[in-house]
Amino acid sequence: MTESLDLELGSVQTEEMVLNMGPQHPSTHGVLRLKVLTDGEIVTRITPYIGYLHRCFEKHCENVTYEQVLPYTDRCDYIAAMNNNFGYAVAVEKLMDIKVPEKVEHIRVIVAELNRIASHLLAVGTFGLDVGAFTPFLYCFRDRERILDLFEMLCGARLLYSYIWVGGLSHDLPVGWVEKAYEFLDYFEPQVEEYNNILTFNKIFIERTADVGVLPQEVAISYGVTGPNLRGSGVKWDLRKDDPYSIYDKFEFDIPIGTGVVGTVGDCWDRYYIRVREIEESVKIVRQALEQLPRDGDVHEAIPKKIRPPKGQLYNRTETPRGELGYYIISNGKPIADRLKMRSPAFTALSCIDEIARGWMISDVFAILGSLDIVLGEIDR
Amino acid sequence: MNFNQLVEYINEQFRKEFVQTGEEVPADHISVAASDWKDFAEFLRNDEHLFFDAMMCITGVDFGEESDLGVIYNLHSMKHNHKLEVRITISRDKPVVPSVEKIWRIADWFERETYDMYGIEFEGHSDLRRILLPEDWEGFPLRKDYVFPTSYHGIDIPKMKEGWE
Repeated sequence: MTESLDLELGSVQTEEMVLNMGPQHPSTHGVLRLKVLTDGEIVTRITPYIGYLHRCFEKHCENVTYEQVLPYTDRCDYIAAMNNNFGYAVAVEKLMDIKVPEKVEHIRVIVAELNRIASHLLAVGTFGLDVGAFTPFLYCFRDRERILDLFEMLCGARLLYSYIWVGGLSHDLPVGWVEKAYEFLDYFEPQVEEYNNILTFNKIFIERTADVGVLPQEVAISYGVTGPNLRGSGVKWDLRKDDPYSIYDKFEFDIPIGTGVVGTVGDCWDRYYIRVREIEESVKIVRQALEQLPRDGDVHEAIPKKIRPPKGQLYNRTETPRGELGYYIISNGKPIADRLKMRSPAFTALSCIDEIARGWMISDVFAILGSLDIVLGEIDR
Repeated sequence: MNFNQLVEYINEQFRKEFVQTGEEVPADHISVAASDWKDFAEFLRNDEHLFFDAMMCITGVDFGEESDLGVIYNLHSMKHNHKLEVRITISRDKPVVPSVEKIWRIADWFERETYDMYGIEFEGHSDLRRILLPEDWEGFPLRKDYVFPTSYHGIDIPKMKEGWE
């Protein structure tokens, strides 16, 4: 018995193994295939294969009018459709030089921030799910549901809203919506504490995520990582503050950055915790916007009869829950865009997975992937 | 730095009269020849006062069936908070642009995407293959002269409607 255990480590035959993760896998948050090269349980290389959800968004945009592009933007990042509508609307308005009424701007900020909360709740919940905590997921969805109810009241849709139009909104606020929104905020604010108790400072969760998958600052910037992932690495960069669009410069809010409370700056836990803290900041913005909301005004007032931007081109970027969403639009004066390119934040976030997951265990890959909070609809377009 | 200061600085530090200025040149971007791009990109990335450490976007453009192709780079500096747009125009017959994958890591995927859609070759790219489309896809869909295939692996593709109904 003792003899058989007396193996010298050098004589053990090892070889690299290819592990195929996906395209159908619950932890990949969509249809993503990762080819993982492993040495035992240690990951030596990851090659992502994307494109399973490719729907030719950019080709569609060259064949339909500007109004008709709007529903397609919903379907890119379907978790935060409001923010995608917002980015597109702002880009086309800039191209056409449209000034939208104050009331519209306020409602836009309110729904965009509510959608940011909903999106972060989903990210937080599914991240827990990825590392094996099921209960927080249900808590998050319970609260996300109330935001979706608010959106349903607004425009009838619960996932793909197409609510923010170029120059305005599809519907005005229904009677009683503002009160309902306040009611939600009052209910929701104390709940954040609950997430912290149940997940954020849970010992098992910290063990699984702290110090794992560290993304250093320079690497993050070089890979074009933006949004909460970049801020998790300690870079104070938020387009709402640093390159303000719409009326974000009117509101007071903080930009949380990763400080490595339980581990290293830029680890999975930091990226996760940024989202929890951003939820709190978004609540602040919604409150301020609701207080300043002008009572009268027509949300259809500035909507152009026909969208026909003058000749020109621009790159416009906005901050979605996942980071910098850019639209590059080239117009040659026709009602159809000559070129419309979408730069999606999740695309750049996924590209760094090989860099940060190398050297970690296979089970950590799920934690790292979950912490990046990718949406495949946006990556593949 | 705003755009005019950027142009002035580049002309001073990089090469004399590298950026054309004048009334007929629109003041929001810099046009660069493909042969200069690699050196210029390194300069933009490494110069202390420019320090464009982030690449926001690479956009491929087709100017028309008979016309040229183009690549547009949107750069941004996290440190100095200024941005710059660089445009490169290349001929349709020989669309080759030097790769900047080593300078900005994200350029790897952006260049692959541009290659995928426009067939623009990025010289020096370590792994230039399709990223969004299947590997055996024929043609480059975002080119204006792209012909829609009639079938793919035995699956018929319905003919596109004429106009939008």
